[in-house]
Amino acid sequence: MAGLEEGAPLFVQVAERLADEIADGTLPDGERVPSTNELAAFYRINPATAAKGISMLTDDGLLEKRRGIGMFVAAGARARLIDERRKQFTERYVEPLIAEAGRLGIDADELAAMIRESSYAQRGTRP
Amino acid sequence: MTPAISVAGLTRRYRGSLALDAVSFDIEPGSITGLLGRNGAGKTTLLRIVAGQEFPSAGGVRVLGACPVENERVLSRMVFVREDQRYPDYGSWPAFQVRHALQTASWFYPNWDAGLAAALAEDFGLPPGRRVAKLSRGMRSALGIVIGLAARAEVTLFDEPYAGLDPVARKLFYDRMLADYAEHPRTVLLSTHLIDEAAGLMERVLVIDHGRLLLDAAADEVRGSGASVSGPAIAVAEFTAGRTVWDRRRAGSQESAVVAGALDDTDRARARSLRLNVEPLTLQQVVVYAAGTAAADRPDARERTSA
Repeated sequence: MAGLEEGAPLFVQVAERLADEIADGTLPDGERVPSTNELAAFYRINPATAAKGISMLTDDGLLEKRRGIGMFVAAGARARLIDERRKQFTERYVEPLIAEAGRLGIDADELAAMIRESSYAQRGTRP
Repeated sequence: MTPAISVAGLTRRYRGSLALDAVSFDIEPGSITGLLGRNGAGKTTLLRIVAGQEFPSAGGVRVLGACPVENERVLSRMVFVREDQRYPDYGSWPAFQVRHALQTASWFYPNWDAGLAAALAEDFGLPPGRRVAKLSRGMRSALGIVIGLAARAEVTLFDEPYAGLDPVARKLFYDRMLADYAEHPRTVLLSTHLIDEAAGLMERVLVIDHGRLLLDAAADEVRGSGASVSGPAIAVAEFTAGRTVWDRRRAGSQESAVVAGALDDTDRARARSLRLNVEPLTLQQVVVYAAGTAAADRPDARERTSA
């Protein structure tokens, strides 16, 4: 098992890794995704586990099977993933951030200023 | 579908001690199953009985739908690689070499792939002309692995096949097994105590302890079916109230508890609000705690404080 964590179902992690690559554009719409056996060899996991990860994404309509050729990223998959992740963004990232800021006595204005500052630093630009 | 291996009520007594205690399970064809447990748990006895090399005291085993004992039709479709594989008597045939061992195996297994055997032998650095008697422990293990994989037997049994092999050679074993299994699916039953490094290979796990089957589940279900929760002792106590606790340890005001059962989003949110650190258990950890709980013979909540 290479590069996956032991504490969570491996097939879910395989699906998440592929979804990440679709979301960040590494696997664009229409691109062929690695086969079950390629994924199994890469992650050093059981092929059935890799297949389960792939079928999770097929069930979600993010991947589609082209008979005899392989699995491909479905049209519009990236846009859909980004849309879903935007909806979860507040809950997954903003709320915990505000909670920790509250514990440290950082108020919303100060937090906003910190975010702006970090963002400029990361991008290397300043308005 | 006929199970590849079917075991029912399997019991084996050795002079008053129970090596196997009413073990039952079915393994469907085309899967890799891990047989896990501590040394002396009964793994080897179980595999020897499945391989038809030992008789149960009670219960039965069927391999590919038939009794394996002295059954040529079954035995030629099954390969058993033992922890300390022995080869023909060196005394009577001192010039017995690696290539002879491979040749002999090729006569026995109808699906034998000589090309694969040669390639694997090279990968593992096994010189064909080396006398088997001169092989190191690791090389003898490698020879067993080469035979076990090149036999392409429908039922492939590996009993801790890597004594003396270093981590690099073990990785090679996992990689080659996965690659060949992907091309030629078969039923693999692999006993190991190196659970962490082999965990990804297994679709399903059987855990035995003191001869009893403790767990028979999909590996991905077992993963994360418990969690380690740590933080301030008061918060840990609040979080673990009403839960099965497998282990508890404390250092000053900090406590760490291992709870049984997967945590859902609500649990995790609650742990976060209590400022607790949550780590899901690995397959190996679940096996260790499951066996520990069984040993204490108290399946319900168990409280222990380590000094």
